[in-house]
Amino acid sequence: MSTTRTNRRSFLKVSAATGGGMLLGLSWLSSCQNEQVAKAAPSLVMPEEWVTVSAFLKVGDNGVVTIMSPNPEIGQNVKTSMPMLVAEELDVDWKNVVVEQAGLDTEQYSRQLAGGSQSIRVAWEPLRKAGATARYLLVAAAAQQLDVDAGELRTENGYVYHDGSDRKLGYGELASLAATLSPPEEVTLKAAGDFKIIGHGKKNVDAKPIVTGQPLFGLDLQRDDMLYAAIVHPPAFGMKLKSVDDSAARSMPGIRDVVRINAAPEGVELQWSDVNAFPELVAVVGDNTWRVLQARKALQIEWETDSAAESTDAQRQKLQELLDNGTAEEARRDGDPEAAFARAAQVVEATYSAPFLPHNTMEPMNFFAHVTADKAELVGPIQTPEFLRTTVSRLLDLPEEQISIMMTRMGGGFGRRLYGNFGVEAALISEAAGGLPIKLVYSREDDMTQGTYRPEYLVRYRAALDEDGRLIGFHVRGTGTNESPVFANRFPAGTVDNYLAENLSSETNVSTGAWRAPRSNFIAGAEQAFLDEVAEAAGKDPIAFRLELFDRAIEDPVGEENDYDAERYAGVLKLVRDKSGWNTNDDKRGVAAYYCHNSYVAQVLELEMKNDEPHVTEVHCAVDCGIVVNPEGALNQIEGGITDGIGHALYGQLTLTDGVPDQQNYDTYRLIRHNEAPHAIHTHFVESETAPTGLGEPSLPPVIGALANAVYRQTGQRVYRQPFVQPRELRG
Amino acid sequence: MATYRLTVNGQPRTLEAEPEMPLLWALRDELGLVGTKYGCGIGACGACTVHLDGVAMRSCSLPLGKLNGEAITTIEGLSAEGDHPVQLAWLEHDVPQCGYCQAGQIMSAASLLNLTPDPSEADISSGMSGNICRCGTYSRIHAAVKTAAQKLS
Repeated sequence: MSTTRTNRRSFLKVSAATGGGMLLGLSWLSSCQNEQVAKAAPSLVMPEEWVTVSAFLKVGDNGVVTIMSPNPEIGQNVKTSMPMLVAEELDVDWKNVVVEQAGLDTEQYSRQLAGGSQSIRVAWEPLRKAGATARYLLVAAAAQQLDVDAGELRTENGYVYHDGSDRKLGYGELASLAATLSPPEEVTLKAAGDFKIIGHGKKNVDAKPIVTGQPLFGLDLQRDDMLYAAIVHPPAFGMKLKSVDDSAARSMPGIRDVVRINAAPEGVELQWSDVNAFPELVAVVGDNTWRVLQARKALQIEWETDSAAESTDAQRQKLQELLDNGTAEEARRDGDPEAAFARAAQVVEATYSAPFLPHNTMEPMNFFAHVTADKAELVGPIQTPEFLRTTVSRLLDLPEEQISIMMTRMGGGFGRRLYGNFGVEAALISEAAGGLPIKLVYSREDDMTQGTYRPEYLVRYRAALDEDGRLIGFHVRGTGTNESPVFANRFPAGTVDNYLAENLSSETNVSTGAWRAPRSNFIAGAEQAFLDEVAEAAGKDPIAFRLELFDRAIEDPVGEENDYDAERYAGVLKLVRDKSGWNTNDDKRGVAAYYCHNSYVAQVLELEMKNDEPHVTEVHCAVDCGIVVNPEGALNQIEGGITDGIGHALYGQLTLTDGVPDQQNYDTYRLIRHNEAPHAIHTHFVESETAPTGLGEPSLPPVIGALANAVYRQTGQRVYRQPFVQPRELRG
Repeated sequence: MATYRLTVNGQPRTLEAEPEMPLLWALRDELGLVGTKYGCGIGACGACTVHLDGVAMRSCSLPLGKLNGEAITTIEGLSAEGDHPVQLAWLEHDVPQCGYCQAGQIMSAASLLNLTPDPSEADISSGMSGNICRCGTYSRIHAAVKTAAQKLS
């Protein structure tokens, strides 16, 4: 046990310069914290007393520092890299830092959200300022205690030094006084060259609890008197609940209640995060996950048709019809593309497609909720806790102040947990069951058939080349279920005089949502495969061809709204060319480059054919994401994105027959496995002093293009349809 | 319902449950050992891997009624201090991203090395292919298994 002292008053004066309204004291569950810390870092000696210096950190009397990690952790490693930003400016020894996950607290923190690869980019300045502010206060406290001017003091590794009198004080000795002082209006941040933690690889702070099986994930949560809940949603998109006879289920062992809930009642305003094809559900509540999963099989449920039962074949025909004949929205036009195609010496055209993909986080959707008359406590895996709170508030008619949300470590997110329907459902089930504390658990089948899929996409590219193989016209026309994949202002926009981008969209009752690198996860592969084909038609090396285009964008860009920096784009391509030893004459590998989430990635990929299936053996990857905060975690993200991209492009596919998903578990849905994954991935970061940008997503999109191009160079066959490896029963 | 006397991580444990209840849910919901994960429920992803007498088994597909007094080891009991060579190799290679599948991966790797102390590349690939990692940490898992094998030999 330890005690905690907090001084809230001093931090009420924080100015915008020190990170907005984020620096305020929290009340800590300190006894609990010491246990967590002891498991994560058993070698650290725990302090007798913690002092809260700000919402971002507290200092133990022995100098151990706890840094709060405000953002949801989905495996992108922000729980390590974000506290590194605070620690850098605080000037502490990373070995004496422990990290604690913060819950949702919008008064203290901003943008507690995992999405768009933006966590580090957005927090880059505020978190460093939070560290620098605390360091300023500790120095000010030392100045008082030593009776010297603060300007005579310096800090290093958790100590304040007065070199003039050869004295030093540890942060642990200064924290109590520091917490009573007023924070400064402005703080000075270190120059990049002075970083001691940023840019130096730190291992995952949760690694030890992970490898020893400690409870970390939402699914692991256990509470006294907690019950378990399972839902039943309609078997097909287009159906809804009509009636339920729960008498048999209620009499089964361990079953406590069966309830009906509605997450979209009339008159309640919903938000973007409330994507949900099946708002009306039946839920079984009982004392064991397996028992509730069994009992739901005993429910007699009548479903009714709400809208058309769609099948994949028909949806694809509809997309094709739209692409061929639909009236498109013109997203960008430069020059006179029609004239360019009319005078072209050569026109290259190709059409690419990709299927629905479920997210398949390894930890299925789940959430704990305990809803009583005047408050709701929610704990679980959620990428958007603030949005979840708002929806729960509206549905329970409970003020947001009476709802608490704690984020657990997540067994993957990939966009699925942006949409918190499972958290909403948990709250509604707890309420409907009379205020019981329950943990809702989706079975894998529930998870895979619930929707929120990556949309189906279809895109057609056309390129016009003149007699000398120069690109004089470019046309992209894309469509998809619920959204078009086209980014009008991305490469090669800006590199060609005559350019046209068009969008068409097709509605469906199958719910769709963001999936790791939304839209980019398809369009990058299509575009990069197409450019390979265009380069070949032009008789040029694929890297040289792209670099020519970038030269044009650097010297004389077309239009003013190009999303990318052509020099950085070309930079990663040159880097991967050099590092991979690219052979400009006849390389048998595939190359691709892409820009998304503010970062630039280029790859060279090698594969061999095994039993008619591509097997990727080696990938070279060049990345420009600005300053690399944590090289260890960054490498892991790049490697994971590459493997994930290869796996989904080769095998991923969810199809529907009359509204029913044909794949419901891993016996029929194929995810990449150990023996199919590349084991040699070489990542090369561009050295940079530019502020950091996204890393969780950018390595995935281009690798699909590199893979497609490598397949062509190995087999002579272009691949246009994902998955590149068609399921055996579908092979013609 | 029946009474089951299990030996889990060297400790005798008693519980009342249906014979059809998979060991996974007995471990997690009845005995509070949540390190063993649920991923698919059909033995296809490996997240629920435990050892029965040192050999990897999928606990989601193993009903309590089929047990015959085998020694059950879960990730919590693989080593007393979390210092099994496989766990140490996982730390050294900083394998986890989200971390959810890693307990199952580690249990599979430890079992593989019990049975095949000096595995070839192909042994590792085939031995570890029953465990899915959606984050794509396979290259690090591969390297970590090799490191653990060296330390064990």
